[in-house]
Amino acid sequence: MIKIINPGIYVSVQDKGRNGYFEMAMPPSGAMDEYSFIAANLLVGNEENAACLEVTYLGPTIEFQEDYTIAITGGEMPPKINGERIPMWQSVQVKTGDILSFDFITKGARTYIAISGGIDVPVVMGARSTYTSIGIGGYKGRPLKEGDVLESRIGNHDHVHKELPSSYIPNFKTDYEINVVLGMCSYRFTEDSIKDFFECEWKVTPEADRVGYRLKGIQLQFKEREQPFGAGSNPSNIVDSGYPIGSIQIPNGTEPIVLLRDGVTCGGFVTLGTVVSSDLNTMGQIKTGETIKFNQVSMEEALTIRKNYQSRVNQLKNYLLS
Amino acid sequence: MRFRYAYGGDEFLFVEISEDMRLESYFLALEITSKLREKAITGIIDICPANSSFMIRFNPDHIHPDSLIKLLKDLEKEANHSSDVSITSRIVDVPILFDDPWSHEAIMRFRDRHQEPEMTDIEYSMKVNGFEQKEDFFRALTDRPYIMLMVAFMPGLCTTYQLTSEEKHIQAPKYVKPRTFTPERAFGIGGAFACIYPVDAPGGYQLVGRAAAPVLDKDQRLPDFKESMIFPRIGDIFKYRMIDQDEYQQIRTQVEDGTFKYNIKEITYSPSDLLSNMDTFSEEVTRRLYHD
Repeated sequence: MIKIINPGIYVSVQDKGRNGYFEMAMPPSGAMDEYSFIAANLLVGNEENAACLEVTYLGPTIEFQEDYTIAITGGEMPPKINGERIPMWQSVQVKTGDILSFDFITKGARTYIAISGGIDVPVVMGARSTYTSIGIGGYKGRPLKEGDVLESRIGNHDHVHKELPSSYIPNFKTDYEINVVLGMCSYRFTEDSIKDFFECEWKVTPEADRVGYRLKGIQLQFKEREQPFGAGSNPSNIVDSGYPIGSIQIPNGTEPIVLLRDGVTCGGFVTLGTVVSSDLNTMGQIKTGETIKFNQVSMEEALTIRKNYQSRVNQLKNYLLS
Repeated sequence: MRFRYAYGGDEFLFVEISEDMRLESYFLALEITSKLREKAITGIIDICPANSSFMIRFNPDHIHPDSLIKLLKDLEKEANHSSDVSITSRIVDVPILFDDPWSHEAIMRFRDRHQEPEMTDIEYSMKVNGFEQKEDFFRALTDRPYIMLMVAFMPGLCTTYQLTSEEKHIQAPKYVKPRTFTPERAFGIGGAFACIYPVDAPGGYQLVGRAAAPVLDKDQRLPDFKESMIFPRIGDIFKYRMIDQDEYQQIRTQVEDGTFKYNIKEITYSPSDLLSNMDTFSEEVTRRLYHD
């Protein structure tokens, strides 16, 4: 068992998420940075989909009420056990009564805490991930609060030391390049505006969470048309249609919103394109105030980026499982 | 109608049947997505029909997006616009308190995101639809039943479309910049659609009222939610009914003590029944709901 002494700003239980419920408007949820999440699990000897804690911006204080192997990965948030610094991206043995706390985050936005066995919460629609918008999954469907006590699943708590060399650790920055496939309703924008969209340095606003990130930058223009029946009179209005995870909607041609793993599934604003699925991991590590430049890729390039990511995950598995 | 196929990144495919809303497009989306579902193709994760489009989520490690497009184009060609298919569904009385204090409080926090910051959502929606009296506006929103097209945006949110001619449809643009807060059960209009927000949520529809009863009951406490936490089903016919504060409170009490049940009647209809004579269909639905 682990006890939450201080919950930080937003800590939730996540695994790789639930798939196959989009038609009932249920987004996948799941770890925002899946690579760091998988690494944390494999470092403590868990299966790669065991439930972990996802920490946003500010670390929690946690008391361990059993001996565990833990690992902390993702955004750089210096962890401490009983006040002494411990390394990230390694397995660490903790004893009953030990207290985990963190210094301020220095790089990235989200940090993962894996404990041996994984967090034991009920499986809801195939996953242990929290979807707080309607309050399902995870621990009581909500972010963790002071005094919460979470059980662990039976795991191998015998410590086997594992650590990752720097070549396996993502490099978090303050300006990011994110790959996007143009599509959806991009035909609504002028060609100049599409060009401008990919040239602009977009800044992440404070309205940035697991549902989506709102960005600030430039005003984009729409091609003239008589608005079709049922859409609404604003040129950015469309007849409500599906929104992919990673899709970029641009209400009124300004302040694009990139939908992420808890994203809404559908709506009535025009979408310009969609972030390549493996780049969602990077998106999850971007903080308010940092910048994004979108890079336009073809479908074939997107599939190559996807494959390259999969082979990085496979290398990680080979390294940690061998 | 010429379908437009568009990528939604490496995992989604978006198919727009028409840019405008028409029930013909909607029924075509249902026909094609149901045929696709029957094929049970490996690599397809989600099939989501929408108002005048549909979206597929797939795993490109199993099926290449262009193979999927080819397959869908074949289905498009084969589509027989089968408007005689029979749909067994429900007619549901859905009580709404218009001009409620909770939606009003919420919208006042976001006037800087609205087309007309000096007006409320109700005043603005009345203006763009040419209404002078609130009563007339609310009556126009409730006089005809709606078809429940899809659960979208968030689990439980019903996207409904009034069964009336295009000229009589009430339409409203979405907020210039979406709100970050909408109260649970708010009743909103956007484009030619009306919706009920299932929980506190972001949103862009103009808020004009609040439903008394839930559309989502995640703990499945109420009798109407025993089979699913989500109440609305594709093809349901909703009749929104204007209620007063007293009835609103009575329903809230019933919801809280777990006894609330929607007034529901069964109906079997075909798209052609509905498309060929909407007036007759609407009258029939209303009669069955309240007088049978």
